[in-house]
Amino acid sequence: MAEHTIKAFDEEIDKLRGLIAEMGGRAEAAIENAMLALQRQDKTLAAQVVADDKRIDAIEAEVEKLVVQVIALRAPMANDLRDVIAALKIVGVVERIGDYAKNIAKRVPLIAANQRTLEPVSLLPSMGQVAAEMVHDALNAFAARDADLATAVIERDTVVDDFYNSVFRSLVTYMVENPKTISECAHLLFIAKNIERIGDHATNVAEMVYYAATGQMAPERERGGTQPLED
Amino acid sequence: MMHEPQTLVPATQTKMTARDVKVFYGEKQAIKGVSIDVDMDNVTAFIGPSGCGKSTFLRTLNRMNDTVASARTEGTITLDGEDIYAPSMDVVQLRARVGMVFQKPNPFPKSIYENIAYGPRIHGLAHGKADLDVIVEKSLRRAGLWEEVKDRLHDSGTALSGGQQQRLCIGRAIAVEPEVILMDEPCSALDPIATAKIEELIHELRGRYAIVIVTHNMQQAARVSQRTAFFHLGELVEYGVTSDIFTNPRQERTKDYITGRYG
Repeated sequence: MAEHTIKAFDEEIDKLRGLIAEMGGRAEAAIENAMLALQRQDKTLAAQVVADDKRIDAIEAEVEKLVVQVIALRAPMANDLRDVIAALKIVGVVERIGDYAKNIAKRVPLIAANQRTLEPVSLLPSMGQVAAEMVHDALNAFAARDADLATAVIERDTVVDDFYNSVFRSLVTYMVENPKTISECAHLLFIAKNIERIGDHATNVAEMVYYAATGQMAPERERGGTQPLED
Repeated sequence: MMHEPQTLVPATQTKMTARDVKVFYGEKQAIKGVSIDVDMDNVTAFIGPSGCGKSTFLRTLNRMNDTVASARTEGTITLDGEDIYAPSMDVVQLRARVGMVFQKPNPFPKSIYENIAYGPRIHGLAHGKADLDVIVEKSLRRAGLWEEVKDRLHDSGTALSGGQQQRLCIGRAIAVEPEVILMDEPCSALDPIATAKIEELIHELRGRYAIVIVTHNMQQAARVSQRTAFFHLGELVEYGVTSDIFTNPRQERTKDYITGRYG
């Protein structure tokens, strides 16, 4: 895209995009590390995820400040305006994604050390992987103003929803058969729900990216029988 | 040959239409086939970089270009369906129906009262002093100037501030009961407060007159207009609903211009 006549405007937009890229990278890492901590029962790594969330929150505040400044001083128009508004909305959502990852990490120490023998846990890493990739791709789509990539993210949400329904069923079955594990399984249910919400939020980011890139609302999603049970 | 407007915007009541309008200054073509509808109920803004032809095109709408010896206009422009370039058209009458306000306030070097009264008097719109008094007050009220000048109507118009002078010029245009008011960068010589007053005035006049404004200030176009036309190199590139033009322009050239990437 051609440069603005006023170079400082380009610098501010670049800074904004840089901050969002960093925030997205950190949110993605938080999800992956939280899942790794869960798999390995690594309380140190879990604590690290919780601590690192502060930086995500700080970036949100920094972006909000910068967006207000750009709107006040540059009066952005057209695609610039859509980009800046999308940036403001995206950081709010990515901050929530970070909170979900943090919440997963906080549950790691609460799950007994023997949780690796809990059969339904086996699905969670793959589910977390899909959600982390959605976050990654949604933020990449923003960086590249790529509406097709955003659409692909939106479509992938059903994968996470399917995972969630599957985990939900197997956990309920497992709890019925092994009532002593109900406490751990309840935590795992929340973890699965957190990942499912991360998928939804990544989808929201992708919808904002689609709007910013095209000026059109993202097409309505197909909502077949794959939506999560509780919604 | 009739051309459809480049982008059709649903108009409630079309006041003026231009079809395939071309303007030449000697050999040089300044306007390259512009078709547009101006409607009664919306303020239409013309934007574009210097030399894009927006002012030249504006001046075709009341035949101001006739006063430029080298200028030649082709195409069809109608006011209420009537061809304004037809030989039978009385140009003086046309310019009373399609008034104009210029970049620099240009009151006559006469009293405030006379500035307003001059037009109605020569156009025979008033019969006697009482009639004129009514027209002067009504015009100054509509121009948002009455309260500021009612006690000094016989002071010179040129003694007013720049913003007041511009509102006086708008009042002068209004006094002859025009149907269309053309404004050629009416605020470019004014400070922000005087500019805001003119913009507020444009809002109040909207609907009573068809208003077309040429402006270099895109924020102003966004603030005062409901329809925006973007001109570039003598062409009408895009014409649409103002909020669409400024959030989601369809043409790359429009986008580059309004986002500050032009040139």
